[in-house]
Amino acid sequence: MEVTFKIKRFNPETDTEPYWQEYQVDVEPKERVLDALLHIKRTMDGTLTLRFSCAHGVCGSDGMVINGINRLACQILMQDLPTGPVKIEPLKGFQVIKDLIVDFDPFFDHLETVKPYLINDELPPSRERQQSVKERDRFDETTKCILCGICTTACPSFWANGEYLGPAAFVNAHRFIFDSRDKGAQERLEILNDKDGVWRCHTIFNCTDACPREINVTQAIAELKNAITFQQF
Amino acid sequence: MVHKYDVVIVGAGGAGLRAALEASRTADVAVLSKLYPVRSHTGAAQGGISASLGNLEEDRWDWHMYDTVKGSDYLGDQDAIEILTRDAVDAIIEMEHFGLPFSRTEDGKIAQRPFGGHTSNFGEKAVRRACYSADRTGHMILHTLFEQCMKQNVRFYNEFHVADLIMDGDVCKGVVAIEIKTGEVHVFQAKAVLFATGGYGRAFKITSNAHAYTGDGMAIVFRRGIPLEDMEFVQFHPTGLWRLGVLVTEGARGEGGILRNNDGERFMERYAPSIKDLAPRDMVSRAIYDEVRAGRGINGQDYVHLDLTHLDPDQLEEKLPDVLFFARTYLGVNPLVEPIPVQPTCHYAMGGIPTNVDGQVVGDADNTPVPGLYAAGETACVSVHGANRLGTNSLLDLIVFGRRAGKHIAEFVRDVDYTDLPEDPDHTVRDRIRRIKESEGTESMEEIRTELRNNMMDNVSVYRSEESLTKMKDILADLQSRYQHIAVMDKGALFNTDVLDALELGYLLEFSTAMVESALARQESRGAHYREDFQDRDDVNFLKHTLAFLKEDGSIELDYKPVSITRFQPKERKY
Repeated sequence: MEVTFKIKRFNPETDTEPYWQEYQVDVEPKERVLDALLHIKRTMDGTLTLRFSCAHGVCGSDGMVINGINRLACQILMQDLPTGPVKIEPLKGFQVIKDLIVDFDPFFDHLETVKPYLINDELPPSRERQQSVKERDRFDETTKCILCGICTTACPSFWANGEYLGPAAFVNAHRFIFDSRDKGAQERLEILNDKDGVWRCHTIFNCTDACPREINVTQAIAELKNAITFQQF
Repeated sequence: MVHKYDVVIVGAGGAGLRAALEASRTADVAVLSKLYPVRSHTGAAQGGISASLGNLEEDRWDWHMYDTVKGSDYLGDQDAIEILTRDAVDAIIEMEHFGLPFSRTEDGKIAQRPFGGHTSNFGEKAVRRACYSADRTGHMILHTLFEQCMKQNVRFYNEFHVADLIMDGDVCKGVVAIEIKTGEVHVFQAKAVLFATGGYGRAFKITSNAHAYTGDGMAIVFRRGIPLEDMEFVQFHPTGLWRLGVLVTEGARGEGGILRNNDGERFMERYAPSIKDLAPRDMVSRAIYDEVRAGRGINGQDYVHLDLTHLDPDQLEEKLPDVLFFARTYLGVNPLVEPIPVQPTCHYAMGGIPTNVDGQVVGDADNTPVPGLYAAGETACVSVHGANRLGTNSLLDLIVFGRRAGKHIAEFVRDVDYTDLPEDPDHTVRDRIRRIKESEGTESMEEIRTELRNNMMDNVSVYRSEESLTKMKDILADLQSRYQHIAVMDKGALFNTDVLDALELGYLLEFSTAMVESALARQESRGAHYREDFQDRDDVNFLKHTLAFLKEDGSIELDYKPVSITRFQPKERKY
């Protein structure tokens, strides 16, 4: 089927302003949006620039705004889009480097702020630490995060304030705070209780709606707020 | 710009990160990746990582060793396999201590499941050896290692595309990398370099591998005179989603999934009577090809069914959530009520850059180390996988040999000083980029890439013959010459992925040539290398590793080296 792609382009080497460029593409209904974009790049316009790698939603490279919604281009099939032109834009809230490429360095800086690694200075046993199935389940949801940035760049609070740590950082804080093996909850919760922490979340649910791993991000943030308020984790 | 580090690690997947974690305890380390580390393909591994923990039933490391040797069709080096399987327990416990969220048994231990080719008591029956975290084991390993590197303040250069190795005579002195964001060419001077750049599945039409898997490390060192070992051994995973190649873990069969042909028959009973659907990948992939050739593919087409419908839906949702999601998303199939269409998909490079058990690259048939050059993970060939890798052993390879390489490299750089770089070390890369940008050729990269991938699939995949390989050799020669006349549209400096695409296409063509030459010369069938014109294994003439060298004139010269055989003498491989 013939589809029109309207892609937001910007190359700082040659452009002063972003602009929209249209491409007519013949696609199969079962093709991914990523396949169509690669078809454009590889047969029509080699200057079109985007990130991609695994092509099945596990590496988190190809986040972009598709028809106004944050998506991974490899996770959306052409047949799942409404008829009419497909509008493609870079993720919002990060600086655009070129076309659909945004600067992810601030995203990873924010992630690092919440100490997203196991903190436990006790000498471990010679075998694995014990963890019950129930304890493991407690944080299963947030282990799924692939750090694609889709939630953070869907968040109006983040658009308004780039210093806001954002949902992805919270998800990864949650993953450790509720891990029975971890001892760093207190120090992380202090970070999350700061002015750029969880209280800037206004439960808009954009993050949860957008998450390609179907993580209930808003729920996780609510649990962090509770943990701060009631000192329970 | 010239940077100086004791150690430069190229690639930030499981092997690179594990090595970085080890080496950066004492040495000054930089990790260069053409992606962000968490985008690495380790994250796509699903089903598990093996160790004889014995958490659910008796298991022993020497059973694991035997299975690995037998799985390798006796081409794996047994000294290395002994290290792999002995160190497995400790390496996995260490990952748990790093915070890896393994699934758990009822009594709180690391959960384990059966996997292809893993047995107890030297082949008696399937054993639960694969430690897992649902079907996201690779994701958890990648993230856990990245977290630990973050904690240890490892220095990352993200989105730096390494394009050349700096050699001075026989000594490795660093790498040349393109900073993708700016297009600037950087020189990284180092006392030692470790390549951990993964595999090459993108040379084949159907693959489970990421787009980034273009064999960069292999091609780069190959061009600098380092041989590639056992390149003819390419693993096709039996269960890729039909037409897409997206992986469906062997864990699906470990949990009880059954392969069925168009008659609904459980055909693996005919091919591997004892362990059936859990036979090693090379055998199952061949069986699927045979079924398809015999007209028993589904509706006469080139796929079979993976049937999970008899299994408990709650268990499936818990243990294989991603697999269910992929089948639903990409094929519109709900595996709880209907079978999944699957076909063999190019999955793993058994061969690669030859190393010893400390990750040192060895440059000849006498295993002479190349000073300062290391490799680990899929890009390396230790060889623990021989002619066919067992499922779960790749993740294990990353952490066991990543750690060993990291340890050795840290000791190595402590005892040596920096030496001068050769003059103008980055001119090759600069010239190459300039040539690509200035070319007014008319050849299309996409056409070359598509022809390569289609023809490799037809001629060099599960079945090969002198006819198919010779044909491919000619096709490659044609593609190589056309590649000299490609042109790119993007002539800019910033984030020029058009130029990177061109470089990667060059890598694909380069190592594919080594693959075809190695396969052509191996006139026997062993593991994943099946020759229709030489259907038996030939231990008299071919129980040896292939080494392919690139000569100055562009031709390939083959040499061979012996296999390390310690505990298990070769015998017929039956399951």
